[in-house]
Amino acid sequence: MSILINKDTKIITQGLTGKTGTFHTEQALAYHGTQMVAGTHPQKGGQHWTSSTGQTLPLYSSVAEAKDATGANASVIYVPPAGAAAAIEEAIDAGIELITCITEGVPVLDMVRVKEKLNASNSRLIGPNCPGLMTPDECKIGIMPASIFRKGSVGVLSRSGTLTYEAVYQTSMAGLGQSSAVGIGGDPVKGTEFIDVLELFLADDATEAIIMIGEIGGSAEEEAAQFLIDEAKRGRSKPTVGFIAGRTSPPGRTMGHAGAVISGGKGGADDKIAALEAAGVRVSPSPAKLGDTLVSLLNS
Amino acid sequence: MNIHEHQAKQILKEFGAPIAKGAAITALDQAEAAVASLPGPVWVVKSQIHAGGRGKGKFKELAADAKGGVRVSFSAEEALENIREMFGKTLVTQQTGPSGKAVNRIYVEDGADIDRELYLSILVDRETGKTSFVASTEGGMDIETVAHDTPELIHSVGITASAGCTDGDAEKLADALKLDGTARTQGMALFKNLYNAFVAKDMSLLEINPLIITKSNDIQVLDAKVSFDGNALFRHPDIMELRDETEEDEKEVEASKHDLAYIALDGEIGCMVNGAGLAMATMDIIKLYGAEPANFLDVGGSATTERVTAAFKIITADPNVKGILVNIFGGIMRCDVIATGVVQAAADISLNVPLVVRLEGTKVEEGKAIINESGLNVIAADDLDDAAQKIVKAVKG
Repeated sequence: MSILINKDTKIITQGLTGKTGTFHTEQALAYHGTQMVAGTHPQKGGQHWTSSTGQTLPLYSSVAEAKDATGANASVIYVPPAGAAAAIEEAIDAGIELITCITEGVPVLDMVRVKEKLNASNSRLIGPNCPGLMTPDECKIGIMPASIFRKGSVGVLSRSGTLTYEAVYQTSMAGLGQSSAVGIGGDPVKGTEFIDVLELFLADDATEAIIMIGEIGGSAEEEAAQFLIDEAKRGRSKPTVGFIAGRTSPPGRTMGHAGAVISGGKGGADDKIAALEAAGVRVSPSPAKLGDTLVSLLNS
Repeated sequence: MNIHEHQAKQILKEFGAPIAKGAAITALDQAEAAVASLPGPVWVVKSQIHAGGRGKGKFKELAADAKGGVRVSFSAEEALENIREMFGKTLVTQQTGPSGKAVNRIYVEDGADIDRELYLSILVDRETGKTSFVASTEGGMDIETVAHDTPELIHSVGITASAGCTDGDAEKLADALKLDGTARTQGMALFKNLYNAFVAKDMSLLEINPLIITKSNDIQVLDAKVSFDGNALFRHPDIMELRDETEEDEKEVEASKHDLAYIALDGEIGCMVNGAGLAMATMDIIKLYGAEPANFLDVGGSATTERVTAAFKIITADPNVKGILVNIFGGIMRCDVIATGVVQAAADISLNVPLVVRLEGTKVEEGKAIINESGLNVIAADDLDDAAQKIVKAVKG
């Protein structure tokens, strides 16, 4: 098993005709035959997209048409920031189950509007400003580097793209591998939070341990810690390693990610680390020791 | 992006908010006209810097017992005297840090007859994913202190995006602020106008502290702090024009021209990293091994050789930098592109501090080969841990 995506997931690329969409759709097609089934472009419906290796995908003028024609249940969005919210809304309207928005720099008030619509729908959104998600040897959505993955037992979830890669790489080197990896994104208002993914990892048989990587800003890590405490009382828990980036970040400054800012004395790393430790999470002091920390936790 | 108080008030005025008459000056020879444009009998002279705590701030160049950065004057002469004393001086407040900020603009405003001081702000509440008002009867003081000491005096009202600020929302806010009579009617209109301004201009924070009730029971915006969502500036060219680069760190302004996320810090090890999370974590691990980072720098996922070169120049422009750590985990970013940029930049600027490079991910072998064949004096690192230890050792010995 795995979470959210597997070999049966059928994916539409929104923004396929652009350079980024093209590159990453090619990468996905090359990854264990990830089922990329169509692309959308408002003016290019009826045409075809051709990859550099000669593979073709049909183009449709809307997500709804693409879904009807292909039976797709997922979409991935590579459109520029100004059009990203509209692309998500189009996918929600079309009833796409899993929408992943890679785009960085989506205006936050656009996401406030999207979030209201999302809450009233049956769609799930991953991102925006995220690297996507992977189930090793089965399916790749987004921009994570495939070569570092190895099928295995660790569920990885993170607010940061490159720190997701660190966790994946280190668990691969440690011989543990991953069940699935999910980058939820670094924006303040986003589709999926830590809690949602933790719930899925706790329920997933293939996931034997979890690495969760947070960062300064907001209170999603504290909420995740409370969730883990509540679930442990119900008898559901898995060995979990945590890391919080930004211990040395100055307050009041936005550290690259729109959501990574300590404001009003809230959102600092120390509070988050304390909350996770209180929930039984083994917090690694170093981003280079995620794999080692998990190995020692599993052996203890 | 932040703007000055007088600019924020101008925007809010356009949306119908009650603002006192005022005039901003950016040179001393404008002072007399500005003071003369107001009727008196009270003139409030306010330093315009991008930091709070101005009233209680102190000027570096003036005596310790001199008045702060916001001064109430009871004659035109006194107002002018205050302007002349404050203009061009360095104001140090709780939020500026010890180096303070130069006062290159002053705003003179018609004095108000204050009965009550309230607090009102609008922000995006990341827990609910909604835009939210925060209101309190305890205005004019540090709201974080109020929230800490008397949380029951802080009221939040979340707004549903599709409905906007409704009568019901405005009633709740008027109740929270204990408004009645004229002030209540005015307040109900003000809340809607402020919300409209917030959404129309893609603000990330709109803070009015204090919002005042005058002795005649009228409502007025006495101070205003507005920040904008940097991701939405592309659709607000009018707001972009309000940017005051003199309020920002020179290196940060330069970095923003190259689309680099850069923040200057006080340490000795310069960092160049891809990804915001990894960039923060790299700073953390430097500290863990006993040194301090000189900066945060995320070169982003689509950096070119030119951007990498620009990043290197910005890092090395900081005289405190005693060594540089390049930490790249290539996903979209290819290691060979980074390596080419590093080699080129090091040649361009004749680098004379130790450089540790850690590359991993897409095209890592090609990247390592480029570094190795360059003849540069580079210390290669196997992983993040190794990289951090090597740069700290190189700098600290």
